[in-house]
Amino acid sequence: MSKPFSSPKTGPFPETGASRRAFLQGGGLLLGFALLGAGVKPTLAATEPVAGDVTAAFSPDAFIRIGTDGKITLILPNIEMGQGTHTGEATLIAEELEVGLDQVSVVDAPPNDKLYATAALGGQATGGSTSMRATWESLRKAGATARMMLVAAAAAQWSVPVSECGAKLGLVTHQPTGRQLAYGALADAAGKEPVPADVKLKNPSDFELIGKSLRRVDTAGKVNGAVIYGIDVRVPDMKVATVSACPVLGGTLQDVDEKAARAIPGVRDIVRLPNAVAVIGDHFWAAKKGLEALDITWNDGANAKLGSADIMAALKTASEHKTPIMARKEGDVEGRLKAASKTVEATYQLPFLAHAPMEPINCVVHVRADECEIWVGTQVPTQAQAGAAQVTGFPLNKIIVHNHLIGGAFGRRLVAESVAQAVAIAKQVSYPVKVIWTREEDIQHDLYRPAYYDRISAGLGPDGLPTVWIDHVAGGSVLGNYIPGGWPDDKLDDDAVEGAIKPPYDLPVIQVDWVRQDPPVPITWWRGVGSTHNVFVVESFMDELAHAAGKDPVEYRRALTKNQPRAAGVLELVAEKSGWGTPLPAGSGRGIALHDAFGSYMAAVLEISVSSAGEITLHRAVVAVDCGIAINPNTVEAQIEGGLIFGLSAALYSGITFTNGRVDQSNFHDYRILRNNEAPKIEVYHVKSLESPGGIGETATVSAAPVLANAIFAATGKRLRSLPFDRNQLKSDGADKTSVSMMPPLSVPVLAALATSEETGESEPEAA
Amino acid sequence: MIALNVNGEDRSVDVPEDMPLLWVLRDVIGLTGTKFGCGIAQCGACTVQLDGQPVRSCVLPVASVGTRRVTTVEAIGATAGGKKVQQAWLDLEVIQCGYCQSGQIMSASALLERNPDPSDSDIDAAMSGNICRCGTYTRIRAAIKQAAKA
Repeated sequence: MSKPFSSPKTGPFPETGASRRAFLQGGGLLLGFALLGAGVKPTLAATEPVAGDVTAAFSPDAFIRIGTDGKITLILPNIEMGQGTHTGEATLIAEELEVGLDQVSVVDAPPNDKLYATAALGGQATGGSTSMRATWESLRKAGATARMMLVAAAAAQWSVPVSECGAKLGLVTHQPTGRQLAYGALADAAGKEPVPADVKLKNPSDFELIGKSLRRVDTAGKVNGAVIYGIDVRVPDMKVATVSACPVLGGTLQDVDEKAARAIPGVRDIVRLPNAVAVIGDHFWAAKKGLEALDITWNDGANAKLGSADIMAALKTASEHKTPIMARKEGDVEGRLKAASKTVEATYQLPFLAHAPMEPINCVVHVRADECEIWVGTQVPTQAQAGAAQVTGFPLNKIIVHNHLIGGAFGRRLVAESVAQAVAIAKQVSYPVKVIWTREEDIQHDLYRPAYYDRISAGLGPDGLPTVWIDHVAGGSVLGNYIPGGWPDDKLDDDAVEGAIKPPYDLPVIQVDWVRQDPPVPITWWRGVGSTHNVFVVESFMDELAHAAGKDPVEYRRALTKNQPRAAGVLELVAEKSGWGTPLPAGSGRGIALHDAFGSYMAAVLEISVSSAGEITLHRAVVAVDCGIAINPNTVEAQIEGGLIFGLSAALYSGITFTNGRVDQSNFHDYRILRNNEAPKIEVYHVKSLESPGGIGETATVSAAPVLANAIFAATGKRLRSLPFDRNQLKSDGADKTSVSMMPPLSVPVLAALATSEETGESEPEAA
Repeated sequence: MIALNVNGEDRSVDVPEDMPLLWVLRDVIGLTGTKFGCGIAQCGACTVQLDGQPVRSCVLPVASVGTRRVTTVEAIGATAGGKKVQQAWLDLEVIQCGYCQSGQIMSASALLERNPDPSDSDIDAAMSGNICRCGTYTRIRAAIKQAAKA
């Protein structure tokens, strides 16, 4: 028979600290460089970073290692969570190193804030679509430096001038004689060459890898179950725990009756924390049954009566009465407003959102007498390390963090509070523990994208174009969660107004301000961060202005982008490719949204239809993007497809609400995610560009809600200003008021039946 | 003691009868390719095949498996259809984070096993029980069609 965790033969074992150290050692060429320091010369490194070692004085923060066996390893601090960053970074190095992408492997760097501080995020972190933007030059320089050293080593061995030698696909060739040496054979000698001071990078026209849709480096093990996510880690003698935190936010544990739980076979230990209780078992099932059998008494605390209506009412009051912090004010705002031939104003509301990545929160921890070893997928390894140090009292160099592939994060794993919780649980037992949150725990104890209440207005001139633009944003400070001591009351949180402060339009007279109203709910970033929120308001309102002026939405934006060439470029391309202006069947509509975010420009058109019962069907999305040089066009397209669906899912279905301090939603039946049968066809078109690469992981998520709002308006004439979109407002007169629900009870048979009945129902409009 | 045939291998597991197959696979046998996503058969990350039929292993009591053969993503490549699906998934770069893809591949290969030339609505019916949070749906659809032609 099989016992839990007794059979290393059948289960893939994770790398341990020891094996990782062994992997990183050996001869050959080891070139260290500064990931964010394009101006910093790469250096030869004597040793590589070791997991958990934060004291060693490495000046470089990323490494190219070429072994004498020819293996090329890139050690990089940005975390792969599906966005393709490892592939992109490896492409930049390989381009100049003159190797194929299939000749390199990428490993995660161990945590070290001193080494991997990502300037854009203020610590070792992967988020904000920053990875490719930040490393565009440094990675190519590092690759070129290593190549030059390999070529120099070959030239020395042959006693020929360097100028007679060239490198390609991991081989150095002496051109006149055709002699060849592989990088592996040259690695030791190259490691003794001086590091060149001047490195010339290729002209973009000579790129052989950059700009090509090369196969991703991280997917082969994802089709056969071989890759190990954090939740898959198994270490010897490990037990499995699941946890329940006080369902009322901010509440604490008062008492728990353990008797029934202890009687369940496989339950090992019950661990109390100040605000939670965990059950540890031989396997997850024992732990879950044990947790369900506990009789827990909670102290609900200050939020016992908290409801969503109170939070939104407080936001509204704050927006209308608190003095805002000015983010931007240009021109004679008041004067223009008085002189306007027409004024338009509107109020928009956005809900709290959960991240709900497919891989629920989990963490494996072994707290030993004097050190703590952690296996987890995190966007912020150094925060995980710091949290564990605080809980255990151990110094940072006694906290070993092994970072793993992440099954989606979308901002959730920019916070490491669940790691600290897992360490607090594991601290109370002698053996290693894998803590897995149920989906219910994952949704009800997330840190949420904040709710917002925004008032926006504009004055129009005689030509119908805005002469003045005023955007009052109100919501919590997300950045405040990341600043020790909190965010100063009088300081602007740039994230709160990102996407609002500088729309890609000619708007010379503009005011954007922010009222801070922190909710009594934990908040953090969500895919698309500030722009996802603000561009919904800006682009919906731009459509409202076009309508007020009696102009076509594309024509209206065209008139406002005369001095915005990149914005105009994507606008024209999307209008052409989508067939903007061509007729659609009755009940259908086409919306547009335009924005710039994360250094990329994007315009999207969405075709939808709305039934008389208010049901929305997404037919076809057309996206035009100018993201500068597209390092891997296929990855860019994949991120746009996925990012758009992620945003459409939220706009159609997602909203976290609270009753009596408890989150109302709990799992995918009531926190719905868009499904395959609901997804539109998506086409992506590139504006060819030689600008530096822009971010792409979140850009299309930003487009989703406004393009859908504008399509709904085009299809129905109804302007929905609150997310998620309420289908009840879209019912035609006389439609059955009970026939539509935003959150239908979904099950596989129900879905299957729906899909079949659609086939025989009314014919689908042709997606051109 | 419960007898199981997993990926062609006979096994005997000492677990509660109501324990879902998912946790027997992951925590007892050590096959972690099958994923936990929701625990209530809403997301499909835990999809495995019983005699070629896709099932949600997170709600399937292990005692109800009986003599039916369990196939997981670790072994689906050994079937002709499974191999084609895996190859199409790689060729079309379907995968992003990859966490749901074990379940997607198990549902897709079961679909192609019983329907070698699925229409869009066949794909809707077979694949709408598998959530992908990265939003790879359009590529999943294309990859199923490519695998069908392979």
